[in-house]
Amino acid sequence: MITIAGAGLAGLASAYELAKRGASVTIFERAEKPGENSVARFAGGMLAPYCERESAEENVITLGCTAADWWAQVTPVTRHGTLVVAPPRDHAELTRFARRTSHFDEVDGQVITQLEPALEGRFERGLFFKEEAHLDPRQALADLTKAVEELGVEIRYGTDAPSRVDLNCTAMAAGLPDLRAVRGEMAVLHCPDVKLSRVIRLLHPRMPLYLVPRADGLFMIGGTMVESSSDRPPTLRSLTEMMSAAFAIHPAFAEASVVEIGAGLRPAFPDNLPRLVERDGVLHLNGLYRHGFLLAPAMAQQAAEQLLSETCK
Amino acid sequence: MQVYGSEISSRLLLGTAQYPSPAVLKKAIEASQAEIITVSLRRETAVGSGAGFWELLKDCGCKILPNTAGCHSVQEAVTTAQMARELFGTDWIKLEVIGNTDSLQPDVFGLVEAARILSTDGFKVFPYTTDDLVVGEKLLEAGCELLMPWGAPIGSGQGLRNPDALRAMRAHFPDTPLIVDAGIGRPSDATRAMELGMDAVLLNTAVAKAGDPALMAKAMAQAVEAGRLVIPPIQWNRGIWRFLQPQSLAWRS
Repeated sequence: MITIAGAGLAGLASAYELAKRGASVTIFERAEKPGENSVARFAGGMLAPYCERESAEENVITLGCTAADWWAQVTPVTRHGTLVVAPPRDHAELTRFARRTSHFDEVDGQVITQLEPALEGRFERGLFFKEEAHLDPRQALADLTKAVEELGVEIRYGTDAPSRVDLNCTAMAAGLPDLRAVRGEMAVLHCPDVKLSRVIRLLHPRMPLYLVPRADGLFMIGGTMVESSSDRPPTLRSLTEMMSAAFAIHPAFAEASVVEIGAGLRPAFPDNLPRLVERDGVLHLNGLYRHGFLLAPAMAQQAAEQLLSETCK
Repeated sequence: MQVYGSEISSRLLLGTAQYPSPAVLKKAIEASQAEIITVSLRRETAVGSGAGFWELLKDCGCKILPNTAGCHSVQEAVTTAQMARELFGTDWIKLEVIGNTDSLQPDVFGLVEAARILSTDGFKVFPYTTDDLVVGEKLLEAGCELLMPWGAPIGSGQGLRNPDALRAMRAHFPDTPLIVDAGIGRPSDATRAMELGMDAVLLNTAVAKAGDPALMAKAMAQAVEAGRLVIPPIQWNRGIWRFLQPQSLAWRS
């Protein structure tokens, strides 16, 4: 039997990969309920390897390009791509973004209107990453939990993991050397007046924003990255900046209800890429940073292969 | 170059914000051979929770110059400086008091006031200021021993918008270390600043947001060195004669 500490994104995805390979798996989760402790519940749920390449290493594409197919096995994935836009004042940012990324089409105002009629007349230039996708993180966590349980994985909630497990997926609680917290802040808006079908990224030299449409007129906005381990609620400054950026995407957001705000700590290694590390005989999967949904599948596959090849020895 | 009694040989000071990752930042610092790096202290990090990032910076072996980036009032800047002193164990502070949210240009009135308060409290203040001579004088009166005039607004990459003003500053403050802070976009801007007789250059975005930050850091270091070789700052008024002066008649060589 293989034991895992932590039923967050990394733990669940690894359990899924292990169980599919025929292993018997038990997960220990401190929280009483699924997803309660997971920072992934604040995520955008973007499966956007090409956009993320703007500020990440090439691995984010090689590891992330199969994520949408992986998630589609267990949860609904919206494959409408990502639309990156900037107001005329920040067209230099758009040029910079385009230079660092690939797999996009340059689009003008007319195409932007065809893609997202709600944005008619608002942006003259944009980049369309048509191969990208997004999902609803909480739905995905719930669906993945259900999927692993159907594969026979046992999840023991409200239970601390024994001191020795096979795979540790406890994010910041793992206390690995070189692992630091990067704070992210988000809000959920209810705005049935605006209809958008894909992720919109608004470029801005100071406050880039992503806006992820969810079901029932809900939108998640986020984008801050603060080198901090403070998990206090979002600051007024961050919220003000995010909300004025949302307003810049569409003025109807001024009438949106703010139904939730949240902040989470993303574990990151110095290169901001996830790692499988062995420490005191325990394998750790950690450091998913802002790429949880994007990189967890590939990392989980690696973890499963490594654990099962060790068991065979 | 003497900076508050410390001998500094590298004329490039590097900011540590906005890099793709701390690993990339570390490579850039190494490539720049900077001896002084600036660290922003604000928002949640001010309660001491930025430790993970700072530990990585402390490993770089550079002198840390904390800055009050993003502070909009005297009180905010003073409080941030005091926190920085405790956190980093240094009395050096790069003082920014922002007066305009769009251009991030300094509020020079608040800057002079904050500089006075901090200098009296024992801080060694590195003030981010405009190229105004009178403001420069007031900052020296307030206790600053060096000045950091802007080249252009922070992060704008516009280069030196007013070289004449920097030239005038050099003439007006012949013995005060002048460090161009903000606005440098490309290596030629850094060389130009040194050719004008500046003592050093502080930059961040031009390296952090470059396609290859380590490569750009190296280029900036060499650009600064190139400008400094022809004009050792102490001889700024003689150095100018080391250049070929532009002339209308072509010469056969």
